[in-house]
Amino acid sequence: MAFYRPARWQKPVAVVVLAALLALPSLLEILDQGYYIGFATRVLIFALAASSLNLVLGFGGMVSLGHAAFFGVGAYVAAICHQAGINEGLLVLPLAMAVAGLFALAVGAVSLRTRGVYFIMITLAFAQMTYYLFVSASMWGGDDGLPIYERMHLAGISLAGDDALFFATLGALTASMLLFSRLAQARFGRTIQAIRENETRMEALGYPVFRYRLICFALGGAVAGLAGALLANLTGLASPNLLQWTQSGTLLVMVIIGGVGYLWGGVVGAVVLLLLEEVLLAWFDHWHIALGLLLLAVVLFAPKGVAALFGKRHD
Amino acid sequence: MTQLFLEQALNGLQFGLMLFLLAAGLTLVFGIMDCINLAHGSLYMVGAYFVAAAAQAADSFWLGLGAGIAGTAVLGLLLELSLFRQLYRRDHLAQVLATFALILIANETVRLVWGPAPLLLNPPEALAGPVEIAGFFYPAYRLVIIAFGLAVAGLLYLLVAKSRVGMWVRAGASNREMTEALGINVRGLFTAVFVFGAALCALAGGLLGPLLAVQVGMGESVLILAFVVIIIGGIGSIRGALVGALIVGTVDTLGRALLPTLLRALLPADAAATLGPALASILIYLLMAGILFFKPQGLFPARA
Amino acid sequence: MPTRLTVLAAALMLAGSVHAADKVKVGFVSTLSGPGAGLGVDIRDGFNLAVKQLNGKLGGLPAEVLIADDQQSPDVAKQATDKLLKRDKVDFMTGVVFSNIMLAVGPAVFQNQTFYISANAGPSQYAGEQCNPFFFNVAWQNDNLHEAVGKVVQDKGFKNVMIVTPNYPGGKDAVSGFKRFYKGQTEEMYTKLGQLDYAAELAQIRAAKPDALFFFLPGGMGINFVKQFVASGLSQQTQLFAPGFSADEDVIKAVGAPMMGMFNSSHWAHDMENAENKRFVAEFEKEYKRLPSLYASQGYDAALMMDAAVRDVKGNLGDKKALQKALEAKRFKSVRGDFKFNSNHYPVQNYYLRAIGKDAQGRVTNKTMGTIFTNHADAYVAQCKMK
Repeated sequence: MAFYRPARWQKPVAVVVLAALLALPSLLEILDQGYYIGFATRVLIFALAASSLNLVLGFGGMVSLGHAAFFGVGAYVAAICHQAGINEGLLVLPLAMAVAGLFALAVGAVSLRTRGVYFIMITLAFAQMTYYLFVSASMWGGDDGLPIYERMHLAGISLAGDDALFFATLGALTASMLLFSRLAQARFGRTIQAIRENETRMEALGYPVFRYRLICFALGGAVAGLAGALLANLTGLASPNLLQWTQSGTLLVMVIIGGVGYLWGGVVGAVVLLLLEEVLLAWFDHWHIALGLLLLAVVLFAPKGVAALFGKRHD
Repeated sequence: MTQLFLEQALNGLQFGLMLFLLAAGLTLVFGIMDCINLAHGSLYMVGAYFVAAAAQAADSFWLGLGAGIAGTAVLGLLLELSLFRQLYRRDHLAQVLATFALILIANETVRLVWGPAPLLLNPPEALAGPVEIAGFFYPAYRLVIIAFGLAVAGLLYLLVAKSRVGMWVRAGASNREMTEALGINVRGLFTAVFVFGAALCALAGGLLGPLLAVQVGMGESVLILAFVVIIIGGIGSIRGALVGALIVGTVDTLGRALLPTLLRALLPADAAATLGPALASILIYLLMAGILFFKPQGLFPARA
Repeated sequence: MPTRLTVLAAALMLAGSVHAADKVKVGFVSTLSGPGAGLGVDIRDGFNLAVKQLNGKLGGLPAEVLIADDQQSPDVAKQATDKLLKRDKVDFMTGVVFSNIMLAVGPAVFQNQTFYISANAGPSQYAGEQCNPFFFNVAWQNDNLHEAVGKVVQDKGFKNVMIVTPNYPGGKDAVSGFKRFYKGQTEEMYTKLGQLDYAAELAQIRAAKPDALFFFLPGGMGINFVKQFVASGLSQQTQLFAPGFSADEDVIKAVGAPMMGMFNSSHWAHDMENAENKRFVAEFEKEYKRLPSLYASQGYDAALMMDAAVRDVKGNLGDKKALQKALEAKRFKSVRGDFKFNSNHYPVQNYYLRAIGKDAQGRVTNKTMGTIFTNHADAYVAQCKMK
């Protein structure tokens, strides 16, 4: 059995990092690199999305190739709200979470009745169905996606400024990570990890395995929806590309590189991947080759990812 | 009207048979080695590029096709010996990630070598025009594709159902451990199956190149359809791959041809044109989900 | 949230706007991969040739052209544009091929008060109600070339025309343009943007038996369509008409002889007799070993337009009003001959009839046959309430 237990120094490190992030926008402005506040927000959003997948995959042990569907649905909810004139974040964000979460509940209810490779394939099928659904909906932009011309406000504060959106996203990520941290150490987290390790035993012990998995899956979907809504506001567009299976693959890569089943695996993976892309792209146009090789190396030689170097999974 | 129906039926058949070429290799790898290979589409892309490059160099389509298939088979061999052997023992997640990594590497390498713009590949001069069948003209080249598809289907049937190697393949798909226990050189079998799958990919890529385009990322969309086909047909079953491919090919063609015409009665032309193919795609995935839910083994289960 | 830093920064910027810049930065986001790549590559090559001929300068200032591939995705285009506007702080934007992408990136560019000199995409939206002082199109408004073909087909007396076009803003503009001048019976067939296999559509065309076929399928889409059209035997029964987009060098090179005799419309042809064009075509052929297409001519003109405007304002790129006036004045010699900008920043110009035949060197290429429209303006200018 390998349960996640946080290393003693994780909490202080997290606090330091949070403080640094709070100071980041001002620092970037001083350096006249204001563009990178938007970039940092993007990193935070993908950290959130990857963490939501980490909950499903790392803690829940469910290999879902359809997680991008919930990410994309969240983005579309935000864009459709904008189209309908609803611009209050306190409405839009919970709505995105609710819709994505309910959708994940429905998909999970069907998919979780299958096992192994069939589960992987059926989640893929649902993601593709969602993609084609949105592509065919011309009132929601079809192939080109649905634009958001003006960012929403959160409790009256407009998120049009890059730093405002950055802080809002940071808030969402912090809240989610606190939630995940609590869950991981609470009974829910231990149960779901136990199910991941040995499903038969847990069933024999009388746990409602299906229900636990479904809740985990739906929760992951809801948080992915939150990330999607934030992304749509950042880029100003809810694009059907967000729903494609290749997007699920990217999130998967982030979780693996960061460390599957470690609390910060999603965050670390997103940061590493997006930073590498930004830095290496300037030097080496074909850096995806390096990324692919890195991923291969991780899979073959270090399957526990980067975070494994810093945390421990105890027996 | 019957002419239209016949022509669309031929189109569906052509599309379905090409899907079959891809699905056949994929289902064998998945069925016998229990390995999810997301990079199967990349073999299709690299195969198409090899064929296009060789055809340009040799100024002959057929020589290019042969050289391209040979080159892709060699690439498949190298990949199998180096990477896939490690993946057989790993879990599905590791296979998904490793083959996803291959997709990244393949797309970028192709872009590096041949540039981001598509390569031109023309069919042989003699086949570029129409032939007359059943009172109307149909592109000769598409008929040749259909012929190739049927030939491969027939060959595979003979191979799998009537030969000793085929028997080993079926045994391996049905029960790998038992096959090993019987003393069959399972490792060699795996390699042969993988290389053969790669060759089929290259054949499909080379044949479709003149019809579509030889471009980066051409493998991803067709890969998913190949997975749909083998799920519907049954993992490890060649017969299932053929039936599945024909079903998917027919539904897709119906979606692009028949549905928009029907929908025009209700919607303006541009909305009908978008909705038709999308509905067909949704239908295909619904079918896949349905099979996974009710009969996960597929229509023709190969596993014991 | 005004802070001391922001006020200081603003003061510095205001101070900077009175001084001349020390170089000109151009953001070039175009489709450089996928089936539309040929168009983006041509525009880029034409643009780069002009800059090279000006010794790497625009308006006397050293020019830096930052090129990005939008992969024909509005998503990717938006991200690339954002970076160019906010991080690289470019002075001009250009390059977009497809109108759906143009409509996606436009708002951010205009909000940033950066001038967009479109070398291709000319959506009707930006010609009429949504016209914007920061948007210029140096080529045409989308409908124009299709209007010209519509007139030709009408004059030739065809009764029943099938229209094939992709389902996106450019395609919709093609239909409205064609039908503005062709008054006979039409049937519209919409394909997917980027579609490569037209078997299903061709079967339906065969069943419908139109007198003529008008198609707008730029780039790789058109190449595949024409090849498959010929392969299906339809070319023996149905006459093909197209705007210059689907009958230029990229398609001709791929398809070849079967395109002979095809009529198409254009605002430019490589056999035009003016001095600028002769120089452009000769230098392009020397540099890139191929004949330029109309896309290349548009990229070339876009660079010349920026060059003239920067020179006019003497490098003072911060003065947006002056720069706008300089751009509107159109003080450069275009390779297509003389034209003016209308009040909505779209050209008023002639449109010509071309036919594909063999030139003096035996190459299959376009020949100018005559003039279809003289000093033709677009149909949307009255709805533009700019200034």
